[in-house]
Amino acid sequence: MNFELLFQLLINGLIVGMLYGVVAMCFVLIYKSTQVVNFAQGEFVVLGAWVCWASVMYMGLPFIPAFLFSLAFMTLFGILVQVVVLRPLIGEPVISVIMATIGLSIFMQALMNWVFGNNAERFPNVFGEGTVSIAGLNVETAYLVSLVLSVIVMAVFFWFFKKSRWGLAMRATAFNQQIAQSLGISVRQVFALAWAISALVSGIAGIVLGLVNAVSNSLAFIGIKVFPAVIVGGLDSIVGGVVGGIIIGVLENLAEFVDGQYLQVGNLFKVAPFYVLIVILMIRPYGLFGTKDIERV
Amino acid sequence: MAHLPYPRPAGDFRVTYESDMTVFKTVAAHRWAIALAVIALALPQFADDAILSQMIMIGIFSIAALGLNVLVGYTGQISLGHAAFFGFGAFASAWLFSVTALPVLITIPLAGVMTTAVGMIFGIPAARLKGLYLAIATLASQFILEDFFARADWFTGGPYGALAETPSFFGILLDTDSTYFYLVLFWLVVSYLAVANLVRTRDGRAFIAVRDHYLSAEIMGINLTRYRVLSFGISSFFAGIGGALYGHYLGFVTGEAFNILLSIQFLAIIIIGGLGSITGPILGTVFILLLPQAMEFLAGGLAQVFPGIGHGVAYIKEMSIGAAIMLFLIFEPDGLIHRWRLMRASWKLFPFSH
Repeated sequence: MNFELLFQLLINGLIVGMLYGVVAMCFVLIYKSTQVVNFAQGEFVVLGAWVCWASVMYMGLPFIPAFLFSLAFMTLFGILVQVVVLRPLIGEPVISVIMATIGLSIFMQALMNWVFGNNAERFPNVFGEGTVSIAGLNVETAYLVSLVLSVIVMAVFFWFFKKSRWGLAMRATAFNQQIAQSLGISVRQVFALAWAISALVSGIAGIVLGLVNAVSNSLAFIGIKVFPAVIVGGLDSIVGGVVGGIIIGVLENLAEFVDGQYLQVGNLFKVAPFYVLIVILMIRPYGLFGTKDIERV
Repeated sequence: MAHLPYPRPAGDFRVTYESDMTVFKTVAAHRWAIALAVIALALPQFADDAILSQMIMIGIFSIAALGLNVLVGYTGQISLGHAAFFGFGAFASAWLFSVTALPVLITIPLAGVMTTAVGMIFGIPAARLKGLYLAIATLASQFILEDFFARADWFTGGPYGALAETPSFFGILLDTDSTYFYLVLFWLVVSYLAVANLVRTRDGRAFIAVRDHYLSAEIMGINLTRYRVLSFGISSFFAGIGGALYGHYLGFVTGEAFNILLSIQFLAIIIIGGLGSITGPILGTVFILLLPQAMEFLAGGLAQVFPGIGHGVAYIKEMSIGAAIMLFLIFEPDGLIHRWRLMRASWKLFPFSH
């Protein structure tokens, strides 16, 4: 048993899992406040990364202004998508809404392939190549930055929903739209805001992923990985999304370890989350932290 | 699903339950069906191979879409894994032939039966779920089956793919488009009639009850688990038939073809065609398969004005499918069949539109 490799993989899993958690959080945010399942979440992630990359490479911006510019862009984009695509579908059956976001994801994927090309592009070096040694393990600076950013995003989320006025309005809307409306909350604005925040935070995740690896359209895989994460954590729990993301990240790396050391079947880490997903759906469909759905007739 | 008035000729009253349940509602509909069948039978004599192979593809995808419509349109369950079952049918038929050496015409329905079994296995976890959870569970089945295709060398040939034998009918090799067309046409007619009859039966009405309100259905004594699994099985059967026909048509099957995009395409077909109708999936298939070609034509024209468009044709095709899904959901959620019924109604009621 190779403990050092195992430990390294667990750390990797934790770091990747935190990013899954951030994207899962965005996914849950949209689901909780607008009852829409966003199959285009992965494309949001990629778009954020591409916009930041393009503004560094083509517009010649330094990294920090480019970062801020892409966040502003993503916010507007999120609002645009909500108003144009999702607002007309309010009250339609689940399948219509799911298909609309799937259509959006196909559309965005093809458009980004066209505009930005199929290649993986690297950011110019922002954090340097150095590695930091933590408890005898070498961790790349970029990974560390991604970890720190994930934690900051989560903390801001926590503050936003617990303390801020808008966060309260969003929680009220998620609880019951009619009551929220009667208290003077504009549900339309809350919906738009949910998409804006979700797109913005996905954009951050995309930029971080782009810094760690490289920017390419295949980053959209994270949009698929989010599903096991949110189901494990519970669809309507933001904490659940984070925990689910970390679990899936660690699980993937564990599967890779077991696969590489013992089973030798190859690619196990890609499907392992989906087996877990099926099992969770069979025994506890509302996940670890989700509310159990009780129907009264 | 909106219910339109179905205008009948004056004096055509339905006085018994049986007469209200006929497949062909009017004499004209019956004649049209016969006329269409005759045209279809005569078509290979006139059409060239390019058109025929297009028609074969439309036929194959229509069969699978008919199956998906039983599941999504009639039972109200979502499946994001239809392409995986379609692919399973293709591999199953090729595998059955290589193992048992039965004639291909027999392995095609057997592949359908095998796919039914697989579909029911994946339908068991799905039977407890609905809506979004079901969508995600079927997404998982798509990825698990895709992984199985890549892994199971004995069944699929692994990364090299599997060879699918050309079918023969009493010594006549169905290796040209014009002969294969008849095989696909046969299965399309069988599938169409099977689905049309299915929705008139007790089981079909149970499916619709599950879709419309599953709690009421359960209270009325419909076994939800049974009907949900059954619906998965039926939909997988048609997917398997379609897949087997697809495999034998191409002669060669690889796992990459049956990815999530194809699953989405199947869903797009039935949404654009019209959920919960029998002719809808066929209209939807025609639309989705011809749309990329229409886009290519359009982009070719535009490229003369804006040269930049020329190299983006492949992307424009893909984008057009995504855009078509969104536009139909926003502007015509009941699909092409609804548009067609409106046209027919207004024509029948002319000049008194009410």
